[in-house]
Amino acid sequence: MELKTKIDAEDGKQYLIITREFDLPVELLFKAYVEPEIVEQWMGTKVLKLENKKHGGYQFETSDANGNVVFRANGTIHDFVPDQQITRTFEMENTPFAVQLEFLEFEQLTGDTSKLSIRIVYKSVELRNQMLQLPFAQGLNMAHNRLQTIVNKLK
Amino acid sequence: MNLRRDVFQAIADPTRRAILLLVASHAMTAGAIATNFDTARPTISKHLQILTECELLAQQQNGREIHYHINAKKMKEVADFIEPFRQMWDDRFNKLEAVMKNYQTKK
Repeated sequence: MELKTKIDAEDGKQYLIITREFDLPVELLFKAYVEPEIVEQWMGTKVLKLENKKHGGYQFETSDANGNVVFRANGTIHDFVPDQQITRTFEMENTPFAVQLEFLEFEQLTGDTSKLSIRIVYKSVELRNQMLQLPFAQGLNMAHNRLQTIVNKLK
Repeated sequence: MNLRRDVFQAIADPTRRAILLLVASHAMTAGAIATNFDTARPTISKHLQILTECELLAQQQNGREIHYHINAKKMKEVADFIEPFRQMWDDRFNKLEAVMKNYQTKK
């Protein structure tokens, strides 16, 4: 089966490319990135600020069930061309990870399909590799937390 | 058989990840592992079978008992793969697509 989302991460390079084709017209795909209430739905995070323009900024925040902030990220928008591209920085607050540069390119394929390519540039090769492995580490962490919950129930 | 994909299917399940973490500290029997979960024993056995088949766990015969332990080499291999990263984005984009399709029909 052809994978819908592809990751191109060449060895020894400090960038990676994420590509995905959508069964959506490019206008709708782009809208999913600019309408705060839509971003909230699919990113699963609260949008505190989203200024879709050159020199604009954005800030996202996610809280757990108890209202504690577990994730906060922000960035600056460097370029904004409707239905075509967004160039922005992305930084996770209160983490050791350095800011990254993101080039998002939106492309119409047919009337109902579109393609998104994201090139993410990291501060170093090491940081890129670390970020690539993060979801795996988080998966294990989540399992660990779940285990902790189970163990606590036994006590 | 696509072994690489199977390994990621194996670790995609939260119960199986919990089993891996449990066994990571020391080798355990299937019975001892099962007591840590609310799940029925046959379900845990099935999870252990899957983890063993993709070599994340290894079995060791100690007298009459079989102990399960982590296959560190395989775990390391998996950790180096970027498949979980890809899956994270894939899930995210699937959601985006679903949200926008819904948005489109509502209009």
